[in-house]
Amino acid sequence: MMAILFGVHIAQLWYSLPLLVSVSLVYAATRHELMGPILQHAIRFAISIGLFLSVILGILFLMSWIL
Amino acid sequence: MASTNVSKPETPPREEIAINLRDPYLAAFLAWLIPGAGHLYQRRFGKGGLFMICILSTFFYGLFLGGGKVVYASMRENDQRLAYFCQIGVGLPALPALVQAYRAKNNLSPLPLLDPPIMVPPKMAGNQDELAEWNRDPNLKFDLGTLFTMVAGLLNVLAIFDAFGGPVYLVEAEPAAATTPPKPAPKTPPPS
Repeated sequence: MMAILFGVHIAQLWYSLPLLVSVSLVYAATRHELMGPILQHAIRFAISIGLFLSVILGILFLMSWIL
Repeated sequence: MASTNVSKPETPPREEIAINLRDPYLAAFLAWLIPGAGHLYQRRFGKGGLFMICILSTFFYGLFLGGGKVVYASMRENDQRLAYFCQIGVGLPALPALVQAYRAKNNLSPLPLLDPPIMVPPKMAGNQDELAEWNRDPNLKFDLGTLFTMVAGLLNVLAIFDAFGGPVYLVEAEPAAATTPPKPAPKTPPPS
């Protein structure tokens, strides 16, 4: 199962990276005006989204493993 | 001439930044037409460049992933492309799809934007189901391209609001030393 999930489809997870960067920067830029606060907010936001997506991925993996 | 004052929340004491939004309606229209253009019109060059690079690169990367097929307009009975309502948020780069849809509806040859032409609705006549062939791609490029272009359009909606009304800055709590505890209510004798 792990080979199926992380072996075959692992490459598709990389597509989330440019989306993560883009969404974080644009969202942070709508909250601040200066580049410093924008970048700080974007980094925090990207980490939050990354953690959230990782948790969802973990839950889905466990469900596919158990069920 | 609308202007707003925005405080910089990260560095106390707060620094006031004056933003001249100029004509907010024109700025919002320009921001929709070309992502970042509204901010450039307002001379907010940093944010304008950031929006332009992020949103347009996301859109065109999605378009590239989907081979130019993921952005098309169609409201036919068997193919209602609701994703286009998100993609149109990116403005001018998504507008050729309307022209291609009009030409396809009137049996005209598609505009030769690229070779093969992009943003052309799939052929769905008779037994031909081009959309099903596009979705059959095992690498999910059609779905990924659709996702990227939709996200780009929705991100530009945020940028349009920013051009219209300025940033939604976060108001941080005041330092603890500056806050004063509320005074207790004076005790009143019970009524006799």
